[in-house]
Amino acid sequence: MIEPTAEQIRDQQLYKEMGLTSEEYEQVKGHLGRLPNWTEIGIYSVMWSEHCSYKNSKPLLKKFPTTGPRILLGPGEGAGVIDIGDEQAVVFKIESHNHPSAVEPFQGAATGVGGIIRDVFSMGARPVALLNSLRFGELESSQVRYLFDNVVAGIAHYGNCIGIPTVGGEVVFDNAYDGNPLVNAMCVGVINHKDLQKGVATGAGNPVIYVGASTGRDGIHGATFASEELNEESEEKRSAVQVGDPFMEKLLLEACLEMVEKKMLLGIQDMGAAGLTCSSAEMAAKGGQGLDLNLDLVPQRETGMTSYEIMLSESQERMLLVVEKGREEEVIAICNKWGLQSAVIGEVTDGNQYRLFQHGKLVAEIPVNTLVDDAPVYVREEKVPAYYVANESVNPAEALVNIDANEALTKILQSPNMASKKYVYQQYDFMVRTSTAVRPGSDAAVVVVRGTDKALAMSTDGNGRYVYLDPVNGGRIAVAESARNIVCSGAQPLGMTDCLNFGSPEKPEVYWQLSKSIDGMSEMCEVLQTPVVGGNVSLYNETKGQPIYPTPVVGMVGLIEKREHITTQAFKQANDVLVLLGDTSIELGGSELQQAYTGSISGRAPVLDSEKEKVLQQAVLSVIRQGLVQSAHDVSEGGIALAIAESCISGNVGAKVRLETEHDAAQYLFSETQSRILLSVPQEKVEAVIEVINQFQVPAQVIGEVTGETLEVHVNDQLVVNRSVSELTNLWEEAIPCKMTASSTSTN
Amino acid sequence: MRSAVVVFPGSNCDMDLVHAIEDVLGEEVHPVWHHESDLSSYDAIFLPGGFSYGDYLRCGSLATFSPVMEAVKKEAETGKLIVGICNGFQILTEAGLLPGALMRNDHLQFRCELEPITVERADSAFTRHYEQGETVQIPIAHAEGNYFCDEDTLQKLEENGQILFRYADQNPNGSLANIAGITNEKGNVLGMMPHPERAIVDWMGSPDGARLFTSMLAYWKENQQ
Repeated sequence: MIEPTAEQIRDQQLYKEMGLTSEEYEQVKGHLGRLPNWTEIGIYSVMWSEHCSYKNSKPLLKKFPTTGPRILLGPGEGAGVIDIGDEQAVVFKIESHNHPSAVEPFQGAATGVGGIIRDVFSMGARPVALLNSLRFGELESSQVRYLFDNVVAGIAHYGNCIGIPTVGGEVVFDNAYDGNPLVNAMCVGVINHKDLQKGVATGAGNPVIYVGASTGRDGIHGATFASEELNEESEEKRSAVQVGDPFMEKLLLEACLEMVEKKMLLGIQDMGAAGLTCSSAEMAAKGGQGLDLNLDLVPQRETGMTSYEIMLSESQERMLLVVEKGREEEVIAICNKWGLQSAVIGEVTDGNQYRLFQHGKLVAEIPVNTLVDDAPVYVREEKVPAYYVANESVNPAEALVNIDANEALTKILQSPNMASKKYVYQQYDFMVRTSTAVRPGSDAAVVVVRGTDKALAMSTDGNGRYVYLDPVNGGRIAVAESARNIVCSGAQPLGMTDCLNFGSPEKPEVYWQLSKSIDGMSEMCEVLQTPVVGGNVSLYNETKGQPIYPTPVVGMVGLIEKREHITTQAFKQANDVLVLLGDTSIELGGSELQQAYTGSISGRAPVLDSEKEKVLQQAVLSVIRQGLVQSAHDVSEGGIALAIAESCISGNVGAKVRLETEHDAAQYLFSETQSRILLSVPQEKVEAVIEVINQFQVPAQVIGEVTGETLEVHVNDQLVVNRSVSELTNLWEEAIPCKMTASSTSTN
Repeated sequence: MRSAVVVFPGSNCDMDLVHAIEDVLGEEVHPVWHHESDLSSYDAIFLPGGFSYGDYLRCGSLATFSPVMEAVKKEAETGKLIVGICNGFQILTEAGLLPGALMRNDHLQFRCELEPITVERADSAFTRHYEQGETVQIPIAHAEGNYFCDEDTLQKLEENGQILFRYADQNPNGSLANIAGITNEKGNVLGMMPHPERAIVDWMGSPDGARLFTSMLAYWKENQQ
């Protein structure tokens, strides 16, 4: 291909195909003092894409609290770092791979996992767990089943092969994600403080070393692709999706951690989005240095690659290192041991010029700070959507009368959103590393820290329906529920990472959703003292002009001080007493009951009072740490009915429940009022539990006991649910496998 | 008992095995890089699970060309205890130390779960701390655990009592005769798909795998005198 000249780029506005606006092109001209050439404009376009620069979300992201006494490193590096005592820290981050997964689900999902793992080990940490958060359309569509099966297989392929357990996550099916699935992957690592690395280029004259897979033409403009809406032509951008090699990454992981242990590195950064460009430019900018790279020395898997292609390739499993001059050989020896390619491709320079050479010629020269620090920032217009205004007068309860609770329970248990996700997690190796103490299927996963009595609890959560109906409350709920899950497992929430999956920020209604949900999330983070230590923004999640439900996903990590505090949701023993914490009112907007019986959502999401939530969590952590409870389960989607059913199913035991209410029985049982937790408590400890809970002024009521093999629920002395637990278990476990074996001849 | 855990590029259960041996036996154990050509100073050799060489070509096949495999064969001949777990089992069949082959699971998916396993013999070097016919809980995690061999080989395996472990309930991968683990004819080389190193204490979900390690130590001690 003959590259366009600088004049052609200007005259034919070729920068627009790369996602740059005319104003942005003018800024580039100003920074360079001349017309940019093809390589240079390519570099600006990826560095200034939303994916790399957060140009549309930066002003909003500033609202997140990012500091705290335990926070060692907040957003800005590969991943956030939080102290867990004993000179150790937990390192974690979540990231999206939505667009690649929409066009090539297996590799899109697999490379999403690969990318987030590199973010964690480039900090010097040993990855110990993976989680994910997935959204698809509904399983009646064969296209959705194809996407779902391949995304899960891709995640399994990468995580299983590299040997990091996939311990938890969530999967939601809703038509709002039809054609634009969400694939968010989270990685958690553990590090000794002294091993913490930074992505920085320091010391003029120091060599820049490339390690890992060679560079090919795959993934060119992946970051730009991720920053636009999906449409019919997206399929043609399949070449913007990379192919993953978890074996290569395993070698890269072990080699890099060996270099960290031997204190060889001044700087290390993953070549992820925008590949060599983003990693080298960010390292130089952070170090306040310039950089010279000789592209002839970059390992290449194809011949005749242009400077543009080399710089914009997103080939996977590559890492960029800066070491002290004279230590190159030590690095290369470790790479050789692991059978990895490596090459010195350039050096750190004084000044701030970012210069690229190829075939003896200077092919690009850019003031490096203009790529990183001078990216444009947009504050977009916000507008309250019409649907939100219209929903104010909707009372969801009106359409949900005369519902038989027995039938509703079985119906909701079988909805793919509430049904067992065993079909998914049995494909993930969730036990490798032999540290997994609580497996997928409880509120949060728990991984023990070898050599200590500590453990880490982790979960991912998000509810797009709530955020759609009410972004402020929905934002609060996303953070609160994730923290509640962590607390129910016996852990103190430490902090969180977020993945903000939204539609186009250029639509004022979408920007309003983004802005308001960040308000809600930030408030909750402040109250619960769970700062945001990193994350990812994925905008332009739309197909055929329709934005997805606004879906902020929260990845939370908590610390369990003693292994004996580890708690699960499963009922443990007959005659244990059920204690429900928190008040219940009728809140059905965006609920499972509403979706199941009306096929859509309307009204307002449940309201969350952040102070109430805080004391509830404190109270529960307190009774768990005092060894007073057998199980703890967050009451969320599906309400108290589903919470009890899930605890029965996980414990393979029945329960007798007696509730009193002035409300309709089904509405009461399936209401999704927030800030509630269900405990099971040994009889002799009930008094002590109530006493502690009362000290926190949290409402608590005894609602029944664990017993037999049947779930019986009485409301106002009427038996409204009566089902054997084995029958419920079957319905719940078979729901997704049943849908997956549906005839492939169905429509769509 | 001095144990070696061989580390191939792509092994990922190597440290789990090292930890299990340390925790259960408190005996000396070393990870050994696949370039090692002499294993004569070890009493037991473990080939761990994982994805050696990324499972490229066929699971376990490329690992058979690692220098360490000559040493493994040599020690197997002297009667030392050799255990291949999951990918290690695949390597042992590829190397010809065990008969048969491991094919893709019949349902074509990776499968990770705690699995009920029947112990067929309690008089082997690896199972003396189990009861014959006992059902134990040991996890599996594999995509290629579907054991296959020809009819004559199967008959020999049955007659010689080389089948140590079978899946007790549903067969999770379609393996012939529900085979989960077999030994060679001499009984000193074991290959198994389930991961005993993942089941050594209650919080892991089951402690049943620990007895495989204690059985080996007991056997080794007996044969020391």
